[in-house]
Amino acid sequence: MSLVEVAPRRGSLLRLVRSELRLVLGRRRNIVLLVGLSLVPLLLGTVLFLTQDTALDGQGPGFVGRVTGNGLFLVIASLFLCLPFLLPLTIGIASGDAIAGEASAGTLRYLLTVPVARGRLLAVKAVGALAFAASAVTAIAIVGVVAGAAFFGLRGITLLSGTTVPLGDGILRVAAVVVYVGLSMTGLVAVGLFFSTLTEVPVGAMAATVVTAIVCGVLDQLPQLATIAPALLTHHWLDFAEFLRLEPDWGVLGQGLALQAAWVAIFGALAWSRFTTADVSS
Amino acid sequence: MTDRPTGAAPSGAAPVASEDADLAIRTDGLTKRFRSGQVAVAGIDLRVPRGAVYGFIGPNGSGKTTTIRMLLGLVRPTSGRAHLLGGAMPEAGAGVLPRVGALVEGPAFHPYLTGRANLGRLDASDATADPRTARQRADEALERVGLAAAAAKPYRQYSLGMKQRLGLAAALLRPRELLVLDEPTNGLDPQGTREVRNLVRELADHGTTVLVSSHLLAEIEQVCSHVGIMSGGHLLLQGDRAELTGRGLPRLSLQTSADHVGAAAEVLTGLGLTDVQTAGHTVSALLGAVPPEKVSAALVHAGVDLLGLEVRRPNLEQIFVELTGEGFDVAR
Repeated sequence: MSLVEVAPRRGSLLRLVRSELRLVLGRRRNIVLLVGLSLVPLLLGTVLFLTQDTALDGQGPGFVGRVTGNGLFLVIASLFLCLPFLLPLTIGIASGDAIAGEASAGTLRYLLTVPVARGRLLAVKAVGALAFAASAVTAIAIVGVVAGAAFFGLRGITLLSGTTVPLGDGILRVAAVVVYVGLSMTGLVAVGLFFSTLTEVPVGAMAATVVTAIVCGVLDQLPQLATIAPALLTHHWLDFAEFLRLEPDWGVLGQGLALQAAWVAIFGALAWSRFTTADVSS
Repeated sequence: MTDRPTGAAPSGAAPVASEDADLAIRTDGLTKRFRSGQVAVAGIDLRVPRGAVYGFIGPNGSGKTTTIRMLLGLVRPTSGRAHLLGGAMPEAGAGVLPRVGALVEGPAFHPYLTGRANLGRLDASDATADPRTARQRADEALERVGLAAAAAKPYRQYSLGMKQRLGLAAALLRPRELLVLDEPTNGLDPQGTREVRNLVRELADHGTTVLVSSHLLAEIEQVCSHVGIMSGGHLLLQGDRAELTGRGLPRLSLQTSADHVGAAAEVLTGLGLTDVQTAGHTVSALLGAVPPEKVSAALVHAGVDLLGLEVRRPNLEQIFVELTGEGFDVAR
């Protein structure tokens, strides 16, 4: 009988991560989701471009009114519009599917008998889901910059205080906004992974994840719940606007990131304790 | 079996007890009670010798798949222990499972990936596999199960039989010491079933231990060297197949013309055969120690028209019916 090598090889984790990224980012459903998100800045830019000489120019919620004056704001306005629902939806789909999708297809039992250690598989699934979240935010940013430049041109940003900073500084600030929004999604990814370990029905895990984000957003609006609001997943999501102040309030931004870290720690631990002990009978 | 790797087994791999060295699978009091309270597996003691082709048979729902899931570390036993290639499962899985190829409860792959890409995905997740030979090993495995021509087709376009073959190819991605094949002939046509039997035989000839489960006794009975019979979560019987079937009592049955049935029965009784039964033109009885040629001579001597005569040892199915008092196709 030929010898079967059972020593783990160097680089094997990287090989699995590559395979997972190919699986997640190569999957048609996920590509459609990314294309759908990219359409937001494209459509928004088109609409604003076509209406810019009318009485409606300069109107709209959040940063929408500033887009016609500076294409860079198309990125910010698109992220602002996607944050309450579209981003949580797409990220909920990808992260809720991570484990539950493999369980429902039956491929989970074959991965585990290969064998892939359960902790390692969960970590790799987290990397895949985080990569998808990053791609989602990046897709909006890139299409936003390109469409914004084409429709309205890019120039130095006028901050919330009225000061205008040069284009280079402005691009850095917009990039910081994109990174902050991306990091704001990590807690949601952890929640999705946890729900994903609870069920063999991917749609259930996806729905629970999206609902978590929406419920947090709703509760955050209630003044009666102001005491628990700072702990809600979505509480600091819109604080990316700090980067548009002359002196960003780093304390607020730090709280936002710490909040995400806490959600990641709690739901990551829950997912780990559930997944490493669960019977796989799918 | 001297080249069995022992060096790199990670922590948790129990030291191989000398008495276990010749057992590929050993369970002691292995039990699984589900949260619903249902006892799927009720304290079974499996002994699968190295090099054996072990037929793990029993009706649907008799606990075979749950047992296999516990062997592979997918499901935790409620009590009892399972050893696979000398390692205690599930703790020793990392060192043991790379040496085990498994097909559990039917094939399962990503529908939108091709057959070859699906094998690549499994190989990439194997921390101990050599990425440089991945493509070559995948192609060899596909060739071996007759899927080479469909390697570039998406899995969702595969027929049930092709899916089953891809499952077997995955189990054969690397040389294995043990193959655990749960219902490998499901969905295969008679030709495919024959091919699986030949594959199992060929692997066993090269020293691979094979545990093959089936709810269709006849399909695998002929390739097995050992047999374990499950029913209602219990292991009713296990051991060397020839020994088990040899243990059953041989029965002689003969055909004669309508008016000689009575005379034939008398001759059999006179020779000391027991449990004489007549049904239409057939008379049968337990042969006991009487040589069959003596029976035929006595029948001819008595002037009985002898139209046909055979001696049958009971097959596994009949042994099973004897043990349980039930048909084999009972699903509980």
